Amino acid sequence: MRIAAAARIARRELRGGIKGFRILLACLAIGVASVAAVGSVRTSIEQGMAREGASLLGGDAEIEFTYRFADEAETEWMNAAAETVSEVVEFRSMATAGAGGEAARGLTQLKAVDGEYPLYGTVELQPPISLEEALSTRDGLPGAVMHPTLADRLGMVPGDAFSLGTKEFRLSATLEREPDSATAGIGLGPRTIVLSEDLEGTGLITPGSLFSTKYRMILPESADLGALKTEAEDRFRDSGLRWLDSRNASPGVSEFVARVGAFLVLVGLAGLAVGGIGVSAAVKSYLESKTEVIATLKSLGAERGTIFAAYLLQVGAMIAAGIAVGLLIGGILPVAVAPLIEPILPLPADFGIHAGPLAEAALYGALTGSVFALWSLSRTDNISAAALFRDMAESNRSAPSPALLISIAALAAALVACAAALSGIPRLTLWAAGGIAGTLAALAAASYAVRWAAKRIARTGLMRGLTTARLALGSIGGPASEATSVVLSLGLGLSVLATIGQIASNLNNAIAEDLPQNAPSFFFIDIQSDQLSQFQELADGIEGVTEVESAPMLRGIITRINGVPAAEAAGEHWTLQGDRGVTYSNRPPEGTTITEGEWWPEDYSGPPLVSFSDEEARELGLAIGDSLTINILGRDIEAEVSSFRVVDFRNAGIGFILSLNPGALAGAPHTHIATVYADGEAEQEMFRSATSAFPNVTAISVKEGIERVAGVLSSLAAAITYASSATLLTGFVVLIGAAAAGQRARVFESAVLKAVGATRARILAGLAARSAILGAASGLVAIVAGGVAGWAVMTFVMDSGFAFEPVSAVSIVFGGATASLVAGLVFAMGPLNASPSRVLRAKE
Amino acid sequence: MPETALSFDNVFLTLSGNAGSVEILKGISFDVGKGRTLGLTGPSGSGKSSLLMLAGGLERVTGGVVTAFGEKLTRMNEDELARFRRDHIGIVFQSFHLIPTMTALENVATPLELAGQRDAFDRARAELDAVGLGSRMEHYPSQMSGGEQQRAALARASAARPGILLADEPTGNLDAANGAAIVDLLFGLRDRHGCTLILVTHSAELAERCDRVIGLRDGAIGFDITRNAGE
Repeated sequence: MRIAAAARIARRELRGGIKGFRILLACLAIGVASVAAVGSVRTSIEQGMAREGASLLGGDAEIEFTYRFADEAETEWMNAAAETVSEVVEFRSMATAGAGGEAARGLTQLKAVDGEYPLYGTVELQPPISLEEALSTRDGLPGAVMHPTLADRLGMVPGDAFSLGTKEFRLSATLEREPDSATAGIGLGPRTIVLSEDLEGTGLITPGSLFSTKYRMILPESADLGALKTEAEDRFRDSGLRWLDSRNASPGVSEFVARVGAFLVLVGLAGLAVGGIGVSAAVKSYLESKTEVIATLKSLGAERGTIFAAYLLQVGAMIAAGIAVGLLIGGILPVAVAPLIEPILPLPADFGIHAGPLAEAALYGALTGSVFALWSLSRTDNISAAALFRDMAESNRSAPSPALLISIAALAAALVACAAALSGIPRLTLWAAGGIAGTLAALAAASYAVRWAAKRIARTGLMRGLTTARLALGSIGGPASEATSVVLSLGLGLSVLATIGQIASNLNNAIAEDLPQNAPSFFFIDIQSDQLSQFQELADGIEGVTEVESAPMLRGIITRINGVPAAEAAGEHWTLQGDRGVTYSNRPPEGTTITEGEWWPEDYSGPPLVSFSDEEARELGLAIGDSLTINILGRDIEAEVSSFRVVDFRNAGIGFILSLNPGALAGAPHTHIATVYADGEAEQEMFRSATSAFPNVTAISVKEGIERVAGVLSSLAAAITYASSATLLTGFVVLIGAAAAGQRARVFESAVLKAVGATRARILAGLAARSAILGAASGLVAIVAGGVAGWAVMTFVMDSGFAFEPVSAVSIVFGGATASLVAGLVFAMGPLNASPSRVLRAKE
Repeated sequence: MPETALSFDNVFLTLSGNAGSVEILKGISFDVGKGRTLGLTGPSGSGKSSLLMLAGGLERVTGGVVTAFGEKLTRMNEDELARFRRDHIGIVFQSFHLIPTMTALENVATPLELAGQRDAFDRARAELDAVGLGSRMEHYPSQMSGGEQQRAALARASAARPGILLADEPTGNLDAANGAAIVDLLFGLRDRHGCTLILVTHSAELAERCDRVIGLRDGAIGFDITRNAGE
C-alpha cells in the first residue's frame, strides 16, 4: 500500500467537488449539531448554577430543619461559623382576600424572612420598591409581597388587604423575581413573602404545624465548606439537620438537569445512528459511482490497500467536514437563541461556546461516521478490474475482511463505552445501545424478509395481470434493490419516534386517566387535634362529600437502620432523602393488606413498633425485626419493624411509608391530614366552608397538584420531542439520499419500460407502490421496536405500567409510508420526464 | 406493392445541448412495406440510431412526419406513443437494456403484461425457449453473458408480435458466433411472423441480408439500394 499515492488519488478525486457527499455531510452535521446543542445547553445551565450557587441557595451554606427552629446549641454554632445568618421559615397556607361568601382563597407557599434576607441576589418587585419597604408595616397592616399569578387569582392589586390564617396583611407589591426560587422544586402554590415577626398572631405556626426552617449563612472567605459540613453533621448528627452549600446549591435541580440532558443526548445519539445509516448508504452510493474509476485504477496496477486508503481519506475528510459543520451549528445555535430562552428559563445559564460538549459531540460524530463508513468502504475490495468489461460488482459482493470487521467492532464498542461514560447514566446508555443494535438487526432481518417475500410474490400467479404491483415487488426483491438502505434508515428513525410516542402517551395516560378516577378532591393539612371532630362534622354536613379520611401526621427522618447511618446501610433511596410523613394508629386502616409480620394489638403499650411500606422496605432491604431510628421533632425514636403493608401511592390517597404504634409518639405535638372525596359543586363548597371555618388549615387541590406535575411532564415530553425532531430530519435526509442514490437506476428502468410500451401513469404507480411498501415495512418494524423499547423504559426506568398505544403506532406507520412516498414521488419526476432515447443511448 | 408499415416524410431532427444545436437528420423521406427488411448503414454520427429512435417514437422530430401503420407518430403524446410501441413496435438495443432488477423471464413478460395478456408468463417462457434460453429464465441480467442478454432482449422485443421490429446494431457488442446467432434469430422472426425488420448495422454482411439498404451520410440519405423485388 502506498499512502502518498493514495493521498494524491484522494485529492484529485475530491477536486471534482463534494456533490456525492452531500447526504453524508447533512447526516453527520444534523446529528452532531443536535448532540452539541443539547450538551451546550446542559453545560450552560450547569455552569450558570455553579456560578450562581450562593445566590440560588440564598447563602454560602444552608442548614434546614423540619418542623422546628434551631435550638440554642445549633444557633450558637452557626453564629460562630458564619459572618451573617439569616432565618427563613417556609410552609403552605391559604391566602384569603375579602370576607364571607365573596372571599377568594388560594394556596400559597409562604416564606417568612428576617431583615437579612436575601443574603445574595435581589428580590425584584412591581412596583419597583425595596423588599424592606414592601414588608414594612403601614397603616397598621404588615406588608407582604406575592407572586402575580396568586394576586391575579385573588383579584388583588398592590394596596389591597388579605389574610393569612387569622391575621390581615397588606399586599404592597407583586414578586417578579426571587433569587433563591430555583431550589424550591415543584411548589404546589405561588409564593408569598412576609416578615417572620409578622407571623405572630396568624395562628399558623403551632406545635405540630408542617413547616421548615432554613438558616442561610455568609461564611468567611477562608471557610472550608467540606469541613464545616462534616463538623455540623457530626455535632448535630441525629437532629434531623440537612446541609446544603453553594458547591451544589440545588442537588435535585442539578440532578434533574443532568438526567434530562443525558436523556436528550441519548435521543441525539439515536439520531446520529440514523445518520450513520445515511453515511453508510452515501459511501456505498459514492463507491458505486466510482466503480469504473476503481476498476481502471486496479487495471493500472493500484493495490487494494492503496485504493481502500484513497477512499478512506476522501470519506474521512468528508466526515471531518460534516462534524465541523455540525459543531458550528450546534455551538452557535444555543448562543443565538439564548435571548429567547433566558427570560423563560427558571434557572441561571451561562450561554456561550463550551468546549466540553462540542468535543463530546465531535467524538460521537467521528466514531459513528467511522463505524458506518468503514462497512461500506469495504466494497472497494469487491470491485475488480473486470468491472470495466462487465457489471460484476454486484455479483461479487462479499463481507468485509476480518481485520476490517474487528476494527468496526472496536470502534462501535468505543462509541458505546464513551457514551456510557460521558452520559452519566451508563445503564440506560447500554440499554439504549442494545436497543439500537437490536432494532438494526430486526430491520436488517425485515429488509431481507421483505426482499425475499417480494421476489417470491412477484413470481406467483397472484400477480398475474397486476403489472404495476409486480414491477414494484420485482424491483424490491431484485438485485441492487434499495430496500435495505431505505428500511434501515427509515425504520430506525421511525423506531426512535415510535418509542418516544409510546413513552409520551403512556406518561400522559398515567397522569390523565389513572389518577383522577379514584383520587380525592382535596388534602387538608394542619388540622389541629381539637378541630378534627368539627372538621368531620362540617364535611358530613355537605351533600356530595362522599368520603373523608383522616390520619395524624408528623414528619420524621430515618437516620439509622439497625444502628448504622441510613445512607450507609441502604444507599441513596428516596425514602432516606429528607423527611417523610409519619402517622400512628392502633389498628391498620380499613382495607390494609399486611404482606409480612403482624400489626400490634390495639392495647399495645410496649417499645415502639413500626409498620413499613412493603415495596420500599424490599428496596431498602429491610427485614421484620430490624430497628429504625426516626428523628421526629429533634427527638430520636428507635422502633422495631413489626410488619410490612401495601401502600398504593397511585390513587393519591393518604399513604404513609411509616406508621407507628400510638404509644411511640405519645405527647409529640402534631396535626392531622384529611382527604376529602367530593363530587362537582360539593368540592367548591367543602373548600369554601373548611378554609373559612379553619383559617389555619390549608387546602391542597389534588387536581391542581396533578395539573402542575402533568405540566412538568408535558414540558419534558416536549423537550424530548424537540430533540427527536433532529432524528426525524436526519431520517428524512437519509431517505432523500436513498431515493437520490437509486435515481439513475430508476431513470434507466423507466426509459426501458417506456420503450416497451409502459405509460407514465403506470411507471409512476410502480414507483409509488415500491416506496409505500418499503415505508410500511419500516413502520411495522418500528411499531414492534417502539413498543418493546417503550415498555422497557416505562417498566425499568419510569417504574410505571405500560399499555401499548395503537393511535401513536398507526400514525408512525402511516407517517413512514407517507414520508417514503413523498421522497419517492419527489424523485419520480426525473424518471418520468426523462427522454428514453437520450437515456438509452447514453448507455450505449 | 405491399402495404406501407413505416413512412418518413421530410423528417428533420435537431438536438440542442450545452455546446449548441446539432442538426442530426436533414429531410429524410422513405417508406418501408410490411414484412420487408431494411438495413440502415453509414459512418458513426451519420444519424442511423437517431432515425431508428424516431421510428420507435423514442425521439421526437423537429420537422416532417413519421407514420407507422397509417398513424402519425408525430401527433402522439408520450403516453400514446408508449401504447403504440406496446402494440406495434419491438426494439432491440446494442447494449441489450434489460432491466437489471428483473429476471430474464420477467423482462420478457413485461411488455406482454403491459398489453394486458393474461398468459404473459407462459408466452414469455415460450419466447425464451425459442431463443435457446429455456435454462436461464430465472437468471438476472448480471448473471448472463452478453450473447444471452441479447437473446433475452430479442425475446422481449418480439414477444408481443410487433408489426415492426427495430434493431440498433444488435451484434455490436457480441462476438462473431453470438452475432451470427442473433442475426439468424432476427431474420427467423421476420420469416415466421412476417414483421417489418429495420436494423442499424456497420456490418456489410448483415446489410447484405436485407431487402433494402439505406446509407446515411451527415444526416441525409446517401444511397438507397433495393435488392429484392416487392417494394
